[in-house]
Amino acid sequence: MAVQTIFRHQAVEPSASRRRRPPGANLWRAVRHNRKATAGALLLLFFLVLAIFPGQIAPYSYASTNFAPALPPSAAHWFGTTALGQDIFSQLVYGTRESLIIAFAVGGLSTFISVIVGVSAAYLRGFADGVLSLFTDVLLVIPTFPLIILIAAYVRSAGLLTIIIVLGLLGWSYGARQLRSQVLSLRDRDFLESARVRGERSLYIIVVEVLPTMTSLIVASFLGAALYAVLTAAGLQFIGLGDPNAQSWGTMLYWAENNEALGAGMPLWAIMPGVCVALLGASFALLNYAFDEISNPALRPVRKMMKADLDGLDTAARLRNVPRASRLGREA
Amino acid sequence: MKLRRRSGITDGAARTGALGGPGRFVERVQRLPGTRTDDAILEVRDLSVAYVTDAGLVMAVDRVDLDLARGEFLGVVGESGCGKSTLLFGIAQLLSPPARIVGGSVKFRGSEIAGLSDKQLRHIRWRDYSVVMQSAMNALNPVMTVAAQMRDVCRAHSEMSDLEIRERSAEVLRLVSIDPVHLDSHPHQLSGGMRQRAMIAMALLFTPDLVIMDEPTSALDVVAQRSLMVQIKELQQRLGFAVIFVTHDMSLVSNFSDRLAVMYAGQVAELGGTRQLFDFPLHPYTQGLLEAFPSIRGPKMHLQGIPGQPPDLAQPPPGCRFAPRCAKVTAPCLTIDPPLFDKNGDLVRCLLYKAGRPELGAAIFPSPQDRPGAGPSLSDLGVANPERTNDQ
Amino acid sequence: MSDPLLRTEGLTRHFRLGGLFGKRTLHAVDDVNLEIGRREIVALVGESGSGKSTIARLLAMVYKPTAGEIYFEGRPLSRLRSRRDKLDYRGNVPMVFQDPYSSMNPAFRVSHGLMRGMKLHRPDLDRRQRFAEAERTMNAVGLVPPGVMLRKFPYEMSGGQRQRVGFAQALAYRPKLILADEPVSMLDVSIRIGLLNVMTELREREDVSFLYITHDVASARYITDRVVVMYAGSIVEEGPTEDVLQHPKHPYTQLLVSAVPDPKTPLTASGPSDASEPPKVVDPKEGCRFQPRCPYAIAECETVTPQLRTVGVTHLTACHVARSDQQAVPPAYFNASKLDASASPATSAVSEHHVRGTSPA
Repeated sequence: MAVQTIFRHQAVEPSASRRRRPPGANLWRAVRHNRKATAGALLLLFFLVLAIFPGQIAPYSYASTNFAPALPPSAAHWFGTTALGQDIFSQLVYGTRESLIIAFAVGGLSTFISVIVGVSAAYLRGFADGVLSLFTDVLLVIPTFPLIILIAAYVRSAGLLTIIIVLGLLGWSYGARQLRSQVLSLRDRDFLESARVRGERSLYIIVVEVLPTMTSLIVASFLGAALYAVLTAAGLQFIGLGDPNAQSWGTMLYWAENNEALGAGMPLWAIMPGVCVALLGASFALLNYAFDEISNPALRPVRKMMKADLDGLDTAARLRNVPRASRLGREA
Repeated sequence: MKLRRRSGITDGAARTGALGGPGRFVERVQRLPGTRTDDAILEVRDLSVAYVTDAGLVMAVDRVDLDLARGEFLGVVGESGCGKSTLLFGIAQLLSPPARIVGGSVKFRGSEIAGLSDKQLRHIRWRDYSVVMQSAMNALNPVMTVAAQMRDVCRAHSEMSDLEIRERSAEVLRLVSIDPVHLDSHPHQLSGGMRQRAMIAMALLFTPDLVIMDEPTSALDVVAQRSLMVQIKELQQRLGFAVIFVTHDMSLVSNFSDRLAVMYAGQVAELGGTRQLFDFPLHPYTQGLLEAFPSIRGPKMHLQGIPGQPPDLAQPPPGCRFAPRCAKVTAPCLTIDPPLFDKNGDLVRCLLYKAGRPELGAAIFPSPQDRPGAGPSLSDLGVANPERTNDQ
Repeated sequence: MSDPLLRTEGLTRHFRLGGLFGKRTLHAVDDVNLEIGRREIVALVGESGSGKSTIARLLAMVYKPTAGEIYFEGRPLSRLRSRRDKLDYRGNVPMVFQDPYSSMNPAFRVSHGLMRGMKLHRPDLDRRQRFAEAERTMNAVGLVPPGVMLRKFPYEMSGGQRQRVGFAQALAYRPKLILADEPVSMLDVSIRIGLLNVMTELREREDVSFLYITHDVASARYITDRVVVMYAGSIVEEGPTEDVLQHPKHPYTQLLVSAVPDPKTPLTASGPSDASEPPKVVDPKEGCRFQPRCPYAIAECETVTPQLRTVGVTHLTACHVARSDQQAVPPAYFNASKLDASASPATSAVSEHHVRGTSPA
């Protein structure tokens, strides 16, 4: 109902609780408090450990085919073995590294490009903005996945580096758009005008004054790009455009598909890599949500009034003889 | 000797009967002095609004009492953070989490509206009371025409036909001196002053008994402000609705309001007739505020302003909340949170006007000190006769 | 008397409307001649749309003038070519902004702006000297202890304190003129006075002039020596503050002054009032821009643009109808309270002529 929504007002908080943390500081505390952030961080930590110390965790190496093929899950092989006799669990553990490398490398490359393009477009405005935005929009509109497939197919079996470059060069447009919007909204903030009036150069203003205020958006952009990279890379490898000898989840999926794992009684071989991809992606997504909430207090879940608060108030009201009917705060 | 009630100067007889025997509590009086008792349209008693924050509960509005008679213009004045907007939303039942009413009652025309659901409120919202917000650009839907928004309102709260709605919309626009041809304009096509007047027109669609206004003029320039105020006053006198007008600009509302409530740190610091408050401000905060306005006529003087800042409401000072900044502070002020005292019909929350000087009138609302087990009472601190009580 | 500190001649700024190929021009500022002397506080008064903020931006070299020239200490700004020259000027004429909540970068401590500014404008100082200077300016604006305050983040300070930091930043350049664009309008009333007092003190102790841009006429009266009233891009009246505000000659100034709320004067709430607002001036024709709202307008007002003429000692106004011997008597149209108690019927020559079409004899 248009009227009802218009007149709902988020009342201004009193000055006491306007004490926000400055961007960047106390990030740890924020992550700890936010449930989504904690979950995402723990997941990511888990995978990081797997990636850094695969040897300590996986009982066997990735490619050793010493075992009987198509074994069901057992104590020796937690998820069973593949059609070629490799231990699925070990494969998963070793595959983590490649996925994480892709995630961070593509995330980094993508974010780097989107920051340069987005911020320059918004700050320079005019013709430069027109050109950069056009370029961004074209990339945004082109369906990237088919495009990536085309490119990867052109290059034949794409190694890790190729995948990283291709994904990175095609995945920045969304972030660039977001950053451009944000900078546009900031551009006329007085502190930027103050820097201009002071006589600062444009490059200085962009790097020193604008970027630090956008750290949360840049981090969110990075997480989004990482998520996209993990999923798309797995997809590319699954189709067979990756290097079939690589040690990664996507390749596992490829081989599982080729050997009809689901039908032939080795379901975990097909399912588990998918689960891992999903979990890693979820960790980035959770962290992304959490960053949104941390940087924008309006999105935070509102703390419910605690029973202790209510009791205290109730007692005080009773002592002051306020009539029962008007003692509110009963609803949670 | 605990705090004892004494007869006030005004309404003394009425109040004596209502108060209980010798005891620690001074019970609530039924009417605040200064209001016409027969047709109170709004009674706010002990209203408290709190915000739930990580640091605990912050009491943005602390036990506020207000009465409003039919057709009365009440100005609520204070600076940012004093709780005046929160009070307004608390009265209008427009609070959303993390803010909520945590105590007290709001009676509109005799019936309690605090705690009612949206569904229950729909019957009286807009028909009996309406709200004008601070910035029309934030409150008016930018993609709908004025007529469409008025139609929304009418349909939500009544069964009028489309033709009737159109006629009524044109009528209210004419009331605020806007040509009805603007019914089909979008808000951004109207000037700032016109937008505000369109908001007021919307608030008057059902000629409510009470219109609540939250700084409707602060986004306007001084000339448009003046003409809008004159318009509001005219409409009020013509249609007879009561107004609660919240603003930070005391002088703006001074020519138009019947009574004025000055708020500080979530409490009502002073409440009284406008003229009386301006001519004889009692609370040191009100005095400071009045002195902070440079005047355009009259002799030029050096002005001071009020040093310091309002207190952090998460940890309000133990005594009077204005004490840290008060030029007339005394020792008891630092530990006692004063109740409202009555002086000549003007209610003021300041120990300078405490009973103990009987001619100054009684404490009307109980002080926190009178809770059993709470801290020392006034007399326990040896304040039988406070040292500095200036006559104002 | 030597050259005034800052002088503008025919300062004009137009904006093209409608994008690259738009045909219409917005006349934000037209033909403004302004003068500010040393140790002078000049108020630039007007409502939104009057062009006062554009003038500030022109003086701060944010915009280039479409026409006209700005002279600082006798030298024209258009001759400033090198970055060094421009920085010099910016160090002499800094600006203080309106919004305390967005005028400082929230990611840095308060000292960042100060130190950065001094790096640009006082390159002769080394780091320690710059810090000492920063502390000195914080003291000068009343933010003590300066060491502690400098290390705070903006969100830890109140609005009034942030505005003081704005002044400290400007002061650190050892400027000659500070452009203050509505520095107190977003602050609480009881804090405004503190800031205004700071400005007068700075004028005394630091030898700085101010251009105080505001729409609040009462505060202009409180601290300024001269007042310049703008309407729709041009100056309509200027002169010594007391003169202009107590005896306004231009009908717009009279309207402005009468609209200032004064609690001490009872108001009659009856009668019509002027509900219109200053126009956006797009492709204007000749003639007075206030004419559509003016109760004194005569035939000439529609066709001939009024020029500034003397109506008192250094008191000028751009109005065909105002005369130096006339006392301001606001018509009932303005619904004003008694503006000038000393007005007597004999001298209100103009009031008889506010029927349109007749001109004063």
